[in-house]
Amino acid sequence: MTEHVVIKTEDLWYAYAPDIVALKGIDLEIRKGEIIALIGQNGGGKTTLAKHFNGLLKPTKGRVLVKGIDTRDKPANELSTIVGYVFQNPMDQIFSKTVFEEVAFGPKNIGLSDKEVKERTEEALEKVGLLEYSNAHPLDLDFGKLKLLTIASIISLKPEVYCLDEPTTGQDHIGRKRVAELVKKLNKEEGATVIVITHDMNFVAEVAERVILMADGKILADGPVREIFQQIEILRKAQIKPPQVTLLFNELHPYGLPKGVIKLGEAVEILGDFLRKT
Amino acid sequence: MLSKFKICCLREVFDITSDELVIKVDKVSYSYPTTPNVLKNVSFSVKKGEILGIIGPNGAGKSTLLKTLNGLVPHFYGGKFKGKVIVCGMDTMKHTVSELAVKVGLVFQDPLNQLSGVTGSVYEEVAFGLSMLGFPHETIEDRVMNAIEKVGLKGLEKRSPYSLSGGQQQRLAIATVLALKPEVIVLDEPTAQLDPIGKYEVLSVLKELKKEGQTIVIAEHEIEELATFADRILALENGKIIMRGSTREVLTAVEELKSIGVNPPSITELFHILKNQYGLSINEKAYPVSLEEGIKICKELLEDKN
Repeated sequence: MTEHVVIKTEDLWYAYAPDIVALKGIDLEIRKGEIIALIGQNGGGKTTLAKHFNGLLKPTKGRVLVKGIDTRDKPANELSTIVGYVFQNPMDQIFSKTVFEEVAFGPKNIGLSDKEVKERTEEALEKVGLLEYSNAHPLDLDFGKLKLLTIASIISLKPEVYCLDEPTTGQDHIGRKRVAELVKKLNKEEGATVIVITHDMNFVAEVAERVILMADGKILADGPVREIFQQIEILRKAQIKPPQVTLLFNELHPYGLPKGVIKLGEAVEILGDFLRKT
Repeated sequence: MLSKFKICCLREVFDITSDELVIKVDKVSYSYPTTPNVLKNVSFSVKKGEILGIIGPNGAGKSTLLKTLNGLVPHFYGGKFKGKVIVCGMDTMKHTVSELAVKVGLVFQDPLNQLSGVTGSVYEEVAFGLSMLGFPHETIEDRVMNAIEKVGLKGLEKRSPYSLSGGQQQRLAIATVLALKPEVIVLDEPTAQLDPIGKYEVLSVLKELKKEGQTIVIAEHEIEELATFADRILALENGKIIMRGSTREVLTAVEELKSIGVNPPSITELFHILKNQYGLSINEKAYPVSLEEGIKICKELLEDKN
């Protein structure tokens, strides 16, 4: 395994019960610094796969290596400082009486000094923009902020890899934008690898570099966002609509405009250039 | 609980003619017992057969507004309610939630909040509301089968509601409401919790209901989808209506939408930027709001230039 691969799965199978097989032979390499969107229908195995990345689940067959460590050889709490997992439902995760305590729990639990705990907690809250809510009760926050809080409580552990399970679900447009900016920031400032499970294709286009499409426990497609968004037939089967600008430029291709446009900004530039020239 | 007799009387007294307003909300202000000023002087109306979309950031008061339409606000939640909501000729202050329930069917964001939890099958779940309201057996069977068919769950009648996918559960929630044959169906972000297939399934059902002339009020963040089937849109921020009009009027007001944190369809924003930064000559009201319109306008542009 090369130095840059942080997570590797080899013929990973997982069964919740003998007749409920959630993962069917996943081979995957995740490299340091990647931002990956994990997409596809619910029940397709996205969450089950992500829970293998920090050892919350252990393979029924095959193996998962996190920085070369076989996840079966380490308990999940030891892996959690390498790979942080943020649950889809904040209620599955939150249990403290104040926002500060919620975020401080992780660093305290790994035995850091009071000073370090305070520093890390404040830094994490600052990153997600919740520092001013330090003393608030978590349940007084709105849904969007609650989601950011659950991410902050992982940031304070300074993992190298973040797994965010549907951080955009139930968010309004402002909330989605905040999460998008946060993911980019974690990736840029900390060099973090980020794996995001999401159903929001505009979010994928804006944030991710690589897309993994899952269905029925298998990987249907894996590649750069731009390429995957061109695989219209595969996407259609999963009822996934690529962004409007992608579909627009596919229609305009016969007029000499390029395919593979995924961001609004790119669409503006290409059409703008065209208007200028003529 | 209503007797059959009472329901029949209600129908006769309050049946409305087609050109009448189905909903009239007049200067409504509302405070929850613990949260003040969630709605501030809100007025609007909905005509029969119309699809009204309600947009705005989380916390703007969308869900609260929807709950005024079937009387849950204020009857269930308490608090301070001012103004008037008239639904199908019934003043919500003068009628109970169960009387209003046969006129206004509310579908929640999370289908698990809607399911009764006491039934073992899809069929029983859809029949539950009707039997609670005392409908005769034959009527129940007719209506249940009809509602199940409309939402595309035929063949799944015997399945447990909890064994269904998210999209199926949400369609079941819609069926339980449809079975009561309400004048208006009110949906609170019905696709927010669903995966792409679930979203597609639910939106397809809503588009079918629109074809049948069903009056619908829907809060939704999926603006690009809303653009393809809402007739009118109302934008709410901080408890106040700040924009209203035809879907085109509201969605082409790009700057106003962005100022409340709502993204217009990307196709609309694309043309807005082309106009403002690249001098594309296009009237704001002519911006495309759907992909199809966008493709058409772009093709015309490209053909002109070539």
